[in-house]
Amino acid sequence: MAKITFITHDGEKHSVDADNGISVMNAAIDNLVPGIDADCGGECSCATCHVVVEDKWMAVVGPPGDREESMLDLNPEREANSRLSCQIPVTDDIDGIVVNVPEFQM
Amino acid sequence: MSEAIVSLEEAREDAYSMPLEDLNPAQAELFEADAIWPYFERLRKEAPVHYCTTSEEFGPYWSLSKYEDIKAVDMNHEVFSSEGAITVDDPDADFELPMFIAMDPPKHDAQRKVVAPVVGPANLAALEPIIRKRVCDILDSLPIGETFNWVDKVSIELTTQMLATLFDFPWEDRAKLTRWSDVATANEESGLIESEEQRQQELLECLAYFTELWNERINKEPGNDLISMLAHGESTRNMDPMEYLGNLVLLIVGGNDTTRNSLSGGLLALNQFPDQMSKLREDPSIIPNMVSEIIRWQTPLAHMRRTALEDYVVNGQQIKQGDKVVMWYISGNRDEDKFENADDFMIDRPNARQHIAFGFGLHRCMGNRVAEMQLRIAWEEILNRFSKLELVGDPVRVRSSFVKGYLELPVVLA
Ligand code: HEM
Ligand code: FES
Repeated sequence: MAKITFITHDGEKHSVDADNGISVMNAAIDNLVPGIDADCGGECSCATCHVVVEDKWMAVVGPPGDREESMLDLNPEREANSRLSCQIPVTDDIDGIVVNVPEFQM
Repeated sequence: MSEAIVSLEEAREDAYSMPLEDLNPAQAELFEADAIWPYFERLRKEAPVHYCTTSEEFGPYWSLSKYEDIKAVDMNHEVFSSEGAITVDDPDADFELPMFIAMDPPKHDAQRKVVAPVVGPANLAALEPIIRKRVCDILDSLPIGETFNWVDKVSIELTTQMLATLFDFPWEDRAKLTRWSDVATANEESGLIESEEQRQQELLECLAYFTELWNERINKEPGNDLISMLAHGESTRNMDPMEYLGNLVLLIVGGNDTTRNSLSGGLLALNQFPDQMSKLREDPSIIPNMVSEIIRWQTPLAHMRRTALEDYVVNGQQIKQGDKVVMWYISGNRDEDKFENADDFMIDRPNARQHIAFGFGLHRCMGNRVAEMQLRIAWEEILNRFSKLELVGDPVRVRSSFVKGYLELPVVLA
């Protein structure tokens, strides 16, 4: 179980509680957090679940995997802390995490 | 329509009576007659990964007809290659512009990254007001109360003008864009060109024209159009000329037929499902979701093709190295295991966005946001103007198993 805070591009905060085992993307979709499209349903093949993880949480979630990296790499708006939220599993470790949702998904 | 090759009933009879192994969905006539559906329905049920050996035109090929299988292969670019050929038809290899849609990583990724920012959402937002103005002008010029062809007067005109806007292409010459797009994908059977030499000649003219535009823009202040952005962009300004031109042609071709046929498909769908038209009038805020549903229902590119680089098992079937694998997006988008009542057009379908018409994985459509924006603006402005959009005759469809689209849709507006 983890509390996740999504900050949308206009600065609005959406905090949600998520069960272990789902992904951060699922947590956003289940709670109608705006700005995440997730067109491929969580299989790391559309890159429309892009989030930018707050610095201090980067060490906890770690860098993207190979497949995720190749999808992220195609996005001209990616940043150093970019992750695809469908590839971040919810665990107790990420309780309190803060991620930023970009204005546009590509 | 004049003598249809097959009616849907005949097609159903035919699809279910032939031996499964004789089934061959890559037949342009079946698409032209809108009679392809029962063949895919049977494939999805009885042979989701199917090997066809009866096509004289294309040789043996695999057909994937289920959403999940298509997605799995689309994502697996290590095994299923785009290099050199992306449709069931093999290209004539002697005059091909380098385009990253038909390349594998790492070349694909490097080239796509160079061009992608120009169709990024931030840039699109800047172009939206100009595009809206042009959409309005076209719609305001349409005749009221008399029959006209929606494909010519709306779909082609809108798509051409929007492409011209994106490139800031000389306005009086804009018909050239449509011509080059048609020529780039034409073959001698299509009736568009007389010979392969003519095709190459016209494409070389296209290259010369764009080179001139590049030279002109590079000496001006940076603008919002795609050519100026490429000419001034840090990572793009030193691009090799052939690469630049290959990429421009890819943008023209990629953005033309597809958006055109989605604009036509939307009109047809709303006529075939009049309850959806009422729903739309009651709540225009559904438009963005309807745009996804139009693209799902239409699926303007019926398939993409891959070539297997090694032996690989897909859903129980052994695919061999070198085999042609056709991903039938048109069938995946009608898969009942993914989309409930998949043949119905439902503008508020909850998972419409998950359609497979843009592909998935590394080659997922780069222009998807451009296409969605164009369609959204068009439908917003159409609804603002017309109280009735009535289809008054049978659609005439394109004869192709790749481009799924229309030549004629007779319409009367009120
Ligand atoms: C409804 C409209 C559209 C549809 C259905 C569509 C469909 C597709 C599909 C299925 C692919 C995947 C190719 C593959 O997997 O091999 C693709 C790729 C591509 N599309 Fe689109 N497209 C549309 C509009 C556009 C527009 C408007 C543009 C340009 C402004 C565009 C540019 C491209 C490019 C550049 C690629 C190559 C991507 C790559 O290989 O990485 N498309 N499109
Ligand atoms: S949902 Fe498609 S990549 Fe995450």
